[in-house]
Amino acid sequence: MRFIINEHSIEADVDVRTSLLDLLRDHLGLTGTKKGCNQGACGACTVLVDGERINSCLALAVQYQDREILTIEGLGTIGDLHPLQAAFIEYDGFQCGYCTPGQICSAVAMIGEIRRGLPSALTEDLALEQIGFSEDEIRERMSGNLCRCGAYNGIIEAIRATYAEESAQEREAAA
Amino acid sequence: MIELRYEKAVDPASAMQLHGGRGTARYLGGGTNLVDLMREEIEQPGLVVDVTGLSGDIRETDGGGLLIGAGVKNTALAEHRAVRARYPLLSRAILSGASGQIRNMATVGGNILQRTRCYYFYDDAARCNKRSPESGCDAIDGFNRIHAVLGTSPACVATHPSDMCVALVALDAVVHLQGASGARAIPLTDLHRLPDGHPEIETVLEPGELITAIEIPNLPFAARSTYRKVRDRASYAFALVSVAAALDVEHGIVRDARIGLGGVATKPWRARAAERAVVGKAATEANFRAAAEAELENASPLSGNGFKIELAKRTIVHTLGELA
Ligand SMILES: Cc1cc2nc3c(=O)[nH]c(=O)nc-3n(C[C@H](O)[C@H](O)[C@H](O)COP(=O)(O)OP(=O)(O)OC[C@H]3O[C@@H](n4cnc5c(N)ncnc54)[C@H](O)[C@@H]3O)c2cc1C
Ligand code: SF4
Ligand code: FES
Ligand code: FES
Repeated sequence: MRFIINEHSIEADVDVRTSLLDLLRDHLGLTGTKKGCNQGACGACTVLVDGERINSCLALAVQYQDREILTIEGLGTIGDLHPLQAAFIEYDGFQCGYCTPGQICSAVAMIGEIRRGLPSALTEDLALEQIGFSEDEIRERMSGNLCRCGAYNGIIEAIRATYAEESAQEREAAA
Repeated sequence: MIELRYEKAVDPASAMQLHGGRGTARYLGGGTNLVDLMREEIEQPGLVVDVTGLSGDIRETDGGGLLIGAGVKNTALAEHRAVRARYPLLSRAILSGASGQIRNMATVGGNILQRTRCYYFYDDAARCNKRSPESGCDAIDGFNRIHAVLGTSPACVATHPSDMCVALVALDAVVHLQGASGARAIPLTDLHRLPDGHPEIETVLEPGELITAIEIPNLPFAARSTYRKVRDRASYAFALVSVAAALDVEHGIVRDARIGLGGVATKPWRARAAERAVVGKAATEANFRAAAEAELENASPLSGNGFKIELAKRTIVHTLGELA
């Protein structure tokens, strides 16, 4: 089976039962993606597939052949942090760090969802094309990622700061 | 462990052929329910037939409704412009379920056929008629705070957990099926069975029968509709009670109403008694309350879930009030 992980094509032969999470961690040594509950309830295993966030623990690896899979390892490195990784450090977006890779992958995709106008359960007017980036919106959209350390305030601040920064840069580029 | 094979279907015909109606075969959507149940060994298939390649289209029907392929992802359905404008209760129901990650994986077909979250169903040390017919039901005298008050039987009191289906039954959705004996279309309200004496038989589907699409008829007044979900935490939890409703009010009189209930019943619940009670009446809180009373008149509480009856009534009143 062929997988495309962090822009590398990888051949791996795994049992049908193997989850994408176990493929990453146990077969490919990509242990940045974490196993929390292994049942879809915590978000620690969040990765991006073709830019969309999913829980890799509930995904059978066989279903994700030839798709673009992005994990925390592909998002940034210690020498070249993704802006959200830098913001998580600046705003204390973690304590133990176990949920952090999932939080960051989830947030990257979530920002994309807001930008393309996907409403949330809290969005008042479903007809709006532009969705506000309020704290409540972020909390609702990030509810699939639990943090046992309760670093939520820092997580929200880091996301908001990164998004504000990106928006400012875009406005500048447009002007 | 049983050997597990994987096949990917390219269209309904190949899906059915690969499945072959075998009791050990399962269709596989996003896997968010089936993979979990396989890990718990509640489901032990020998073959999974991936149907995520089935139609992922949403298109207009001649009658002004929508035809939604079974392979459409939950996120895509909630996000669709026509759904947001014409059937907001459906967008809202989907968006209030699960998490962003799970909605990206879950398909329409899989959401409809997801299985109950009854704890005893998941716990193979417990007795459960649904998992193991005729073994008894540990929920009836156990922790049953999350269980149903409508449509229950002495054999099973488990709820159907879907939010999406609650909106769909309110909208008179029709399920398109493809089976060994051909294609058929049935109302979604007829797809799920009440548990009666056989909670292990959850739907009227024939062995190997495939959901190919779901159709929502044209319903202009559904543009004024919403979904309200009450749960133990603000997000990412199953409903204790939920209400999907659309209301057609003119000059203060309810001309038509559609109401679905979630979290309280053994199948996605169409609240026809409430609808009958409110249509033709003034859109007042007292009349909404009377409609809610009518629907829950025959509700049967268990030791731990009696609160759901009053909660459902208040949620109905509040939701209709919001639309009036
Ligand atoms: C942590 C967690 C929280 C959740 N919270 C909610 C919630 O709040 N509200 C809610 O509504 N749901 C919730 N869910 C459930 C979720 O919505 C379902 O798991 C999902 O919709 C199932 O879709 P799927 O495509 O992944 O189905 P799968 O798991 O792939 O399949 C489910 C079933 O459907 C069958 N199937 C799939 N497609 C077809 C088809 N085309 N024809 C015939 N049979 C088919 C499969 O054989 C299987 O039996 C939650 C799930 C998790 C894990
Ligand atoms: S309520 Fe139904 S699913 Fe739950 S234990 Fe009883 S029989 Fe099983
Ligand atoms: S490990 Fe996947 S959601 Fe918890
Ligand atoms: S930082 Fe410890 S779980 Fe989130």
